[in-house]
Amino acid sequence: MAAVVTSLKQKQISQLAAKGKRLDGRGLEDYRELKIEQGIIEKAEGSARVLLGKTEILVGTKIETGEPFPDTPNEGVMTVNAELVPIASASFEPGPPDENSIELARIVDRGIRESKAIDTEKLVIEAGKKVFIVFIDVYVLNHDGNLIDASALAAVSALQNTKMSNYEIEDGELKIKSGYTPLPVKKNPITITFAKIGDQLIVDPGLEEEQVMDARLSMAIEDDGNICAIQKGGPGYFKPEEILKAAKLAKDKAKEMRKKLGW
Amino acid sequence: MNQKPEKLIDKKGTRLDGRKAYELRPLKLEVGVLSNADGSAYIEHGKNKILAAVFGPKEVHPKHMALQDRMVLKCRYHMAPFSVQERKSPAPSRREIELSKVIRDSLQPAIFMEYYPRTMTDIFIEVLQADGGTRCASITAAALAMADSGIPMRDLVVACAAGKADDTIVLDLMDEEDKLGSADVPVAMMPNLNAVTLLQMDGILSYDEFETAINMAIEGCKKIYVMQKEALKAKYVGAKEEEAEE
Amino acid sequence: MPTFFEPKQIVTPGDILAEGEYIAGENAYKENDKVYASRTGVVNYENKRVDVVALKAFYVPRMGDTIIGTVTEVGFNGWEVDIQAPYTAMLRAQDVLARQFKPQKDDLAQVLNIGDLVVAKIASYDRTHDPQLTVEEPGLGKITRGEIIKVTPTKIPRVIGKKGSMISIIKQETGCQIILGLNGVILVTGKTIEDEQLALMAIRKIDEESHTSGLTDRITQMLREEKSKREENKNESKT
Repeated sequence: MAAVVTSLKQKQISQLAAKGKRLDGRGLEDYRELKIEQGIIEKAEGSARVLLGKTEILVGTKIETGEPFPDTPNEGVMTVNAELVPIASASFEPGPPDENSIELARIVDRGIRESKAIDTEKLVIEAGKKVFIVFIDVYVLNHDGNLIDASALAAVSALQNTKMSNYEIEDGELKIKSGYTPLPVKKNPITITFAKIGDQLIVDPGLEEEQVMDARLSMAIEDDGNICAIQKGGPGYFKPEEILKAAKLAKDKAKEMRKKLGW
Repeated sequence: MNQKPEKLIDKKGTRLDGRKAYELRPLKLEVGVLSNADGSAYIEHGKNKILAAVFGPKEVHPKHMALQDRMVLKCRYHMAPFSVQERKSPAPSRREIELSKVIRDSLQPAIFMEYYPRTMTDIFIEVLQADGGTRCASITAAALAMADSGIPMRDLVVACAAGKADDTIVLDLMDEEDKLGSADVPVAMMPNLNAVTLLQMDGILSYDEFETAINMAIEGCKKIYVMQKEALKAKYVGAKEEEAEE
Repeated sequence: MPTFFEPKQIVTPGDILAEGEYIAGENAYKENDKVYASRTGVVNYENKRVDVVALKAFYVPRMGDTIIGTVTEVGFNGWEVDIQAPYTAMLRAQDVLARQFKPQKDDLAQVLNIGDLVVAKIASYDRTHDPQLTVEEPGLGKITRGEIIKVTPTKIPRVIGKKGSMISIIKQETGCQIILGLNGVILVTGKTIEDEQLALMAIRKIDEESHTSGLTDRITQMLREEKSKREENKNESKT
């Protein structure tokens, strides 16, 4: 079982938050140190490793061929899976994906899918019959809070890094040629997560802050500043004004981060 | 396969089912419909038909899952195989698992969890027919089932979605608008406490469009809230209680 | 200092009952200077106190309450009893045997078995452990005859009536002994099965119509009508 945050520390975090401060000295709107590395898993078509504070996420992409969905015959397929592997936290148990890993995968998926980050129309080999399927696998290596933002950044970075083998159709069969083409990535969504502690909204919650928070709110912002995904999580609530404040702040923070990353 | 409609809203602002942008689909709510559950409710919202049942508070099994200082709340959102156009496998899908979680998170803020330590309560939601907005209709019904069970609550929880069809922000998306529209914003709230307990969004919205959508959803919630209260009281119409000594 | 409902109106969870210097009583809570209802029921304002008489609520154990329960498990040194509450109650062998309990010699199932009904009192209960029962007082113990009926616990006061008026009438007209478990389980013991059925009919009617007025009179009338019907039938069958 994960270590219980002592009631003393819980009080500390709440009291600090009320004064606009945090345990690690950050401002309420500050992210932890962010490091992104791409291309570290050569056997994957694309990969990226994100370190957000001590939270560590590794995403690998694999590309396969398959059938398109019946209602989108002219589009390739993308799918996101997430694993909260036991090495990442004493509270992660081995086994099939639980509700937390499923939620994480679906939040990351939404940000990428709704922003149309991948140009899926360019992934068609034979309309209605054969398309490329992009598997995005999120591997949480260390949990120190805010898996959502870190995973979303790692997923998009991995997509940017993804290369597809060149191919041609010979006698109705797919033949691999030499050389690579980058995966057609049109947008780079960035997700900003807020934790609600008392009456304060704090950005990029650390592990202990997450254990104290009432609820969280994640917003994915695409390149033009539009919102493409939102997810509230946790057993607390938000006032409508807090939600609108978060939306404005998410837009600003995403812009700031986009500039910093050069996206 | 059905033909995809060309437009979701015509020039006069009429939607595919005849509604205007700000209109709700017809709703029917009934409380206390299952004799074996501690609390239950049935909702028809548009073509959605959903049953919700509550069992508890009761002893926790397995015992080690009990929390010493509060109740454990579990929720299962499940769709019947015949509830959608293409038969859905009875095994829980990833979508159902995620919805079970967000629905639980939307109801928990209304419950005084600390009142009943070392107990658990199960919420079961069965979608008999789905037509866009099942998670919102499920929450509305589940909250009624919870109130019907006699578990004390801070407020009822009510849910409604808004979205974007063609270029218009509309209230209460139906199935085609959900699938073909460009945004869907489901919202659940405790209206008397002005507390939003579920918020999701998929699609693309500018900040202004999002603000319009969420405000519209909240207005929709408040209208449905009135109907929820009526449904709860319907069992006891004409009530006047004589003073009784204990 | 405003109140927002008329007394005896039905309120639902989340309804704002009062604002300002009011105290939240039963089935109500106070937050940010407002008193809200937490259950569906009939609102009551008494001086500065706001209560909601809940139309439906489950039983939560209280020390000293007399309850009626069903044995569900025979354990090593006692029994588990279902008292229609979120918590299972425990009855210790020590309490029932009134002498030293010898685990090797005593077969607890012989004393009380699964399915047996008991009238007991809640001896102890708090947030950290399940309720403990006792049968050490007179009138408590295993139930050997009679009929059981379950009602919502909040209706028990209604079955008692103002100053016991309702329950006296039922006992009088049916000649039955009635034990009211505060957990909503009622034991009716009469001289004949017909007497017991009559009492049960009355109690069922109270359960269904508890929120209406003039109930005591209607119950009295119903009981008397039923009894005369019975007399008629008896006379007819004699001829």
